[in-house]
Amino acid sequence: MKGVPLLPDTASTFAQQVDLLFWFLTAVTVFFTLLIAGLVLYFAYRYRRGSPASRAGAKETDLRLEIGWSLIPLTVGLIVFVWATKLYADVYGPPPDNALEIFVIGKQWMWHLQHPNGIRENNELHIPAGRPVKLTMISQDVIHSFFVPAFRIKRDVLPGKYNVVWFTPTKPGKYHLFCAEYCGTQHSRMIGWVYVMEPAEYEKWLASGGEARPGAIASGAGTMAGVSTASLVQAGEQLYKQLRCNACHGATDGQRGPTHYGLFGKKVKLRDGTAVVADEAYIRESILRPLAKVVDGYEPIMPSYEGLLNEERTLQLVAYIKSLKKPVQTAEVRP
Amino acid sequence: MSVAVAKPGEIKHNYLNAGDTVRSWLLTTDHKRIAVLYLVSVTLFFAVGGLLALLIRLELLTPQGDLMTSENYNRVFTMHGVVMIFLFLIPAIPAVLGNFLVPLMVGARDLAFPRLNLASWYVYMAGGLIATWAMVNGGVDTGWTFYPPYSSSYSTSQVTLTIIGAFLVGFSSIFTGINFIVTIHKMRAPGLTWFRLPLFIWAHYATSVIIVLGTPVVAITLLLVAVERVFRLGIFDPALGGDPILFQHLFWFYSHPAVYIMILPAMGVISEVIACFSRKRVFGYHFVAFSSVAIAVVGFLVWGHHMFTTGQSVYAGMVFSLLSFLVAVPSAVKVFNWTATMYKGTIEFRAPMLYVMGFLGLFVIGGLTGLFLASLATDIHLQDTYFVVAHFHYIMVGGTIFGYLAGLHFWWPKMTGRMYPEGIAKLAALIIFAGFNLTFFPQFVLGYLGMPRRYHWYPEEWQMLHVMSSAGTALLGIGYILPIFYLLWSLRNGALAGPNPWGATGLEWKTDSPPITHNFEETPIVTEEPYAYENHHQQEEVASGTGASTTKG
Repeated sequence: MKGVPLLPDTASTFAQQVDLLFWFLTAVTVFFTLLIAGLVLYFAYRYRRGSPASRAGAKETDLRLEIGWSLIPLTVGLIVFVWATKLYADVYGPPPDNALEIFVIGKQWMWHLQHPNGIRENNELHIPAGRPVKLTMISQDVIHSFFVPAFRIKRDVLPGKYNVVWFTPTKPGKYHLFCAEYCGTQHSRMIGWVYVMEPAEYEKWLASGGEARPGAIASGAGTMAGVSTASLVQAGEQLYKQLRCNACHGATDGQRGPTHYGLFGKKVKLRDGTAVVADEAYIRESILRPLAKVVDGYEPIMPSYEGLLNEERTLQLVAYIKSLKKPVQTAEVRP
Repeated sequence: MSVAVAKPGEIKHNYLNAGDTVRSWLLTTDHKRIAVLYLVSVTLFFAVGGLLALLIRLELLTPQGDLMTSENYNRVFTMHGVVMIFLFLIPAIPAVLGNFLVPLMVGARDLAFPRLNLASWYVYMAGGLIATWAMVNGGVDTGWTFYPPYSSSYSTSQVTLTIIGAFLVGFSSIFTGINFIVTIHKMRAPGLTWFRLPLFIWAHYATSVIIVLGTPVVAITLLLVAVERVFRLGIFDPALGGDPILFQHLFWFYSHPAVYIMILPAMGVISEVIACFSRKRVFGYHFVAFSSVAIAVVGFLVWGHHMFTTGQSVYAGMVFSLLSFLVAVPSAVKVFNWTATMYKGTIEFRAPMLYVMGFLGLFVIGGLTGLFLASLATDIHLQDTYFVVAHFHYIMVGGTIFGYLAGLHFWWPKMTGRMYPEGIAKLAALIIFAGFNLTFFPQFVLGYLGMPRRYHWYPEEWQMLHVMSSAGTALLGIGYILPIFYLLWSLRNGALAGPNPWGATGLEWKTDSPPITHNFEETPIVTEEPYAYENHHQQEEVASGTGASTTKG
C-alpha cells in the first residue's frame, strides 16, 4: 500500500488547460459549500429555540433576493459554459495538419494500435513528446472508451464508426491507458500504457521497428511490436490489388467506378442529389456498404465487403485510398 | 375542521387495527396500508442492495480483485445498481411517504384510484421478484444502464429477465404517478387552492408528470434491447444494422429525469420539515413551488450530457451543456430559499431536522460537482470515472436517503401513533452523515486521478483511497441498521404521539395518529396559507408541551 496520491500526472497541452478549469470549478464548489454550510450552522445556532436573538422583521419572500440568487448561479454557469465549450471545440475539433496519425482498434479485451509505418502494438502506445497525435479509432465488438488520464483525454470507441481524438503530449513518461466504457467480463483488464518519448528516442524506436524500448520497462506482455514490417499503406496497397479494386477504380473516373486518386477530403456528389465529404468514415462505409451512398453518375453495382474484412484490414484499405493523390500532371493539362 | 383525539385509555379505530388478517393487508385499497406494504418492500430491497454494496467495497479493499471473479463482480455491481435505482430510490419517497400523505395532505379520503394503487404494489413486487430471480439464476452483468451492443449481442447473462423486471417496475411507478396527478387535481378539500398546497404536494406533482411522460420511453427502450437480443433484429447493434448511440439517447431521455424522480420528492420533504422545525413559512413559497416544475421541465432537455464523449456533434454537446447549466438555477434557488427559511426562525434540533441539515450539505456538494460534468472540457476527463460515481451518489443516494429518513422520522408518529427514542435517532443521523462522506468523498479524488468506474482491478497506488471508501461503508452500514431497530422498538414501546407531536401545520396533522381508515371524520375546509406557523403560536405551545413529555418513553 502506498501513500495517498491527490493529483494526476499532467502530460498534455490539453491537460494543463483542463486543470485550470477544474480548479476554478473546485474553488466555486468550495466557496458555495462553505457559504451554505456556514449560513445553516450559524442560523441553527443563532436562532435555536430559546435563544434571545430578535426575530423581528423576518420576511416571507423577497423578489430582489430571488432574482439575485438566480442570476449568480446563472452567471457562473455561463462563464464556465463558454470556457469549457471553447476547450472542447478545440480538442474534439479537427486535429492540426502535422499530427502523427495512429489507428486504434478496440476489442474485448485489448487495445490494438497501428502506426503508419506498420508497427503494431497491443496495449502499449509509443509516441514522441511535443508533436500532436491523432487517433482514428473503431471497435470490433462492443463500445469501449480510450482514456488516458494524464492527457485528460477520453473518447468512446464505437463499433461501426470511426471516432477521432487528438492531443499533444508534453512530458516524457509512462502513463495509464484505460478502457472507460464498461465492455464486459475483463473490462478492468483492458488497460495498457502510453509511453511518451523524447523525439530522438522515438526515432530510434521507429527505426528499430518497435523493438527498441528506451525509457520503457520491457514488460513484453501482449506486445506485438515489430511483427509486421509492411507499412499501413503498403499493406493496404497489397490488399487493394488482391481484392482487385483497381479493376473498376482506375487512375481516372471510369465507367464502372469513380477514381480513388485525389478522392480523400473531396466533396462527392451523390445520386440522391446530396453531397458528402470523402473522409475515413465515408470510405469505410463505401467499402462495407457500397449501396448506402452511391456517387452521382454511377450504377449501384459494387459488391459489399461487409463480413469479409475485419477492422484492421479495412483500416489498411482506407489508409491506402487516403494516400492516393491526384496525379499532378493531369491537373495541369486540364485547367 | 375535524380534530379527533382519543381519550386516554381508549383504543380508537384506525387504519392499522381496521383488520389484522393477511387478507386484510394483501387486498386492502387503503392508501395508508399500501404505503406500509411499500415500506416493508422497499426496506427489504434496500437491504439487498446495501449488502451488494458492502460486497463491492469489500472486494475493492485490495487492487487485485481477489474476493470474487471478474464475472461475479460485474454481476454484483449491476444488481446493486438495478435494485437500488429501480426498487429503492425511485419508489422510496413517492410510494411510501407519497402514498401515505398525498390524500391526507389534500384532505381526501383516499387516492383517486385505490385499486390501481394496490395493483401498482403487485406490479412492483412482480418486477422486483423477477429481478431477484434473475439475480439468483446467474445474474446480469451489463451495468444498470444496459448499453448495447454489449447487452443485446454479447452478454451471456440474464439480461432479458432483468429487463422484464425493470419494465414491470416502470409500470408500477406510472400507476402511482397517474394516481397522484388525478388526486391532486380533482380531490383537494374545499378551500385548498393550488397555492395553499404544501410544497411536498408540489414536488410530488412535478415528479408524477416526469414519471408519466418519461417512464414509457425507458420501458419500451429496454424492451427493444430484449427484442434485439431474442429475435436478432437490428436496432442498436451496428453488426445488425443498428445504432448504439440511439439507445443512449432513448435511455437517458428517461434516466436523466429519473434523477429528479428520486430527488424532487426528497426536496418536498425538506420543505415540510424545515418549515416545521424553524416555525416559519418556507421562504419564497412560490419560487420553491415553481422551481420544482422548472426542474421537471428543463430536466427533460439535458439527457445528451451523458454522451459528450461518444462522438455526438460538438454543437449538440454545446446545447446539452448549456441546458445542464440552466437546470442548476432552480436547484440553487431551492437551497437558498431553505437556508433563508432558517433565518430568524425558532429552530428545534429534532432528528428529522438533523437529516435536513445533512441533506443540505450533501445536496450542495452533489449539485456543484454536477457542474464539472455539465462543463464539456472537464467532462471529457471525468466521464465514466469515480468522480461520476461520487457525484451521483451524493445527489441521488445521499439526497434521496436523507430526504426519505427525514420524512420517515417526521411522519413516523403520524403513521404509527408512536414516538421513537430521539437521542439514538440523532446519533444515527450523525453516523450516516459521517459514513456517507467517508465513503464517497475519496471517490471524487479517485475520479480526478482517473479511476474508471466498474473496475474490478485497479492500479495499486489508489488502494489507500479505496480503503478509506470501504471503511466509510462499514460506518454507513451501522448507521442504516440503527433506525430499523429503534423504529421497530417504538411500535410497541414508543410514547403515544397524539395527533400533532411537532405542532406542525398541514391537514395530515389534524386527524388522529394513526389516522382512521377514511382519514378524516368530516371533510376539512381550508382557510389559510400553508405553513402559517405564526397563527399556530398557541397550539405550538400546547403541542410542544405534550411533545416533551411523550418523548421520554
